[in-house]
Amino acid sequence: MIQVENLSKKYARHVAVNNISFSVEKGDIVGFLGPNGAGKTTTMRILTCFLPPTEGKATVAGFDVFEQPFEVKKRIGYLPEAPPLYPEMSVEDYLTFVGRLKNVPGGELKSRTGQVMERCAVADVRSKLISKLSKGYRQRVGLAQAIIHNPDVLILDEPTSGLDPKQINETRELIKSLSGEHTIVLSTHILPEVEAICEKVIIIDRGRLVATDSVENLKNRAGVGRGIQVQVETAGAADAVTVRERLAQVPGASSVYERASHGDSFVFEVESADGQNIRGDLARAVVNAGWNLQELKSMTLSLEEVFLHLTGSHPAAATSALPATGEKA
Amino acid sequence: MRNIWTVCRRELYAYFVSPIAWVLLTIFAFLSGAFTYLISAAFLRASLEGQMSGQTFPMNVNEQVIAPLFSNMAVVGLFLIPLISMRLFAEEKRQGTIELLVTSPVHDVEIIIGKWLSAVLMYGALLVVLLADYAFLFVYGNPDWKPVATGFLGILLQGGCLLAFGTFISTLTRNQIVAGAVGFALALVLWILNWTTSFGNSDTVQVLNYLSIVSHMDSFSRGVIDTKDLIYYVSMIFFGLFLTARSLESLRWRA
Repeated sequence: MIQVENLSKKYARHVAVNNISFSVEKGDIVGFLGPNGAGKTTTMRILTCFLPPTEGKATVAGFDVFEQPFEVKKRIGYLPEAPPLYPEMSVEDYLTFVGRLKNVPGGELKSRTGQVMERCAVADVRSKLISKLSKGYRQRVGLAQAIIHNPDVLILDEPTSGLDPKQINETRELIKSLSGEHTIVLSTHILPEVEAICEKVIIIDRGRLVATDSVENLKNRAGVGRGIQVQVETAGAADAVTVRERLAQVPGASSVYERASHGDSFVFEVESADGQNIRGDLARAVVNAGWNLQELKSMTLSLEEVFLHLTGSHPAAATSALPATGEKA
Repeated sequence: MRNIWTVCRRELYAYFVSPIAWVLLTIFAFLSGAFTYLISAAFLRASLEGQMSGQTFPMNVNEQVIAPLFSNMAVVGLFLIPLISMRLFAEEKRQGTIELLVTSPVHDVEIIIGKWLSAVLMYGALLVVLLADYAFLFVYGNPDWKPVATGFLGILLQGGCLLAFGTFISTLTRNQIVAGAVGFALALVLWILNWTTSFGNSDTVQVLNYLSIVSHMDSFSRGVIDTKDLIYYVSMIFFGLFLTARSLESLRWRA
């Protein structure tokens, strides 16, 4: 549905997008992931024909964004980072206007406006002025605007930024529900969002493509430390060294690290030799020794760690680049 | 065509749901009323004095009331027009709604003409107030209607011309005040260009006089449609809208 080949966008002083290529299949939900300033918005603006590329080629539904922008624009619904709303208009008037602008036939305009208002849960404020709406409602009106002409492709630039956790959840649900009919590309700097919504991730950093893969593959690919965390409580019957030796004897366990100890409760990380599942054996070993097994979990890397691993950022630099705050949901 | 009307309609909506339209209408109604009163009062006194002294001067409502009224209101227009055009693109840029417009399947030309047309219609709404003032002259006098019609055409063309440049200026900034101020300066410059006629009649002066926007109003308000003036206004409108189109296009390359 979307083909991007060697796309670059250069400005006088910096390169916003540097030679990136990717493709998006029909019906995909793709997360466009990267820290602020990575070039996400620029790429999206090129796809929506708002900006021309400096080099390279991008096609949407088979039409080149530079050669045939009109055909591309007809097939794209776009929600910029700040929803493009006219504060002096009522929700219904606004959506009717956008519908006309996007060539929705006059006869269908009224029913279509009604449908998208229901779909995006803004029908209850249809006659309110947009200037009076809360941020969550505005975002949903922005989404309604993007889908009014039933486009093949939806491009959403940080659709959940600035929303509270409840609104974030609602917006995510809404986006997921749209995925059946549209190919969706959404940008975000929030990793759990990608895990929650997307099937495929495109990671960019400082204008360069870092990775493009499915969420699952990406996690596995960077799954360097596939360890298992074991928490054992011995009630004074054994010390850390004994427990450690016992765990190391489990067949398949290659190395055991002590992570923390509180009194007679010990936390170990056990790595298996070739990724085989040794959780059952570990549990049995602990229980047979007469200790209490308090926790046993596999330590797959979170997407966040994968991201840091791929972009090669230091954790300290990453905390400022990736404010995953507000993500308690 | 349909897209032009879609854009135009939304702009008119924006003018009339915000205070802009009503404030401008009020100002214009007050000023045109004041001018109508003052000019017709002077005309009445002159005609009474003529009768009392027994001398009969030829008195003509068209020449002595309607034509000067048009000239005066054309100058008032110079002051109000930047207030109409300043928001057209500056506001869209500030709100980010420009992204919606230019990513919609609408040609730039359609956006520009739609916006300009809405501004012309807004200015036309002001002129309707002036029409009400003239209605009194028709009730109490017997003026010729043709110079009134050409006068309206002239004042509308002059407005359209300044609005085209105002639209262009509005694309250059996201600040409405800046767009208004620059538009106002341009209107004043175009107005005072013909003051140079007092410096003689050299070629330069003639060119400047031709470029002056107000001097082309005179023949219209006297009931004459001169192709020279018509061409001036129409070509200035085209030029202004052409600059707007270029500017809107360059916005993408610069953004």
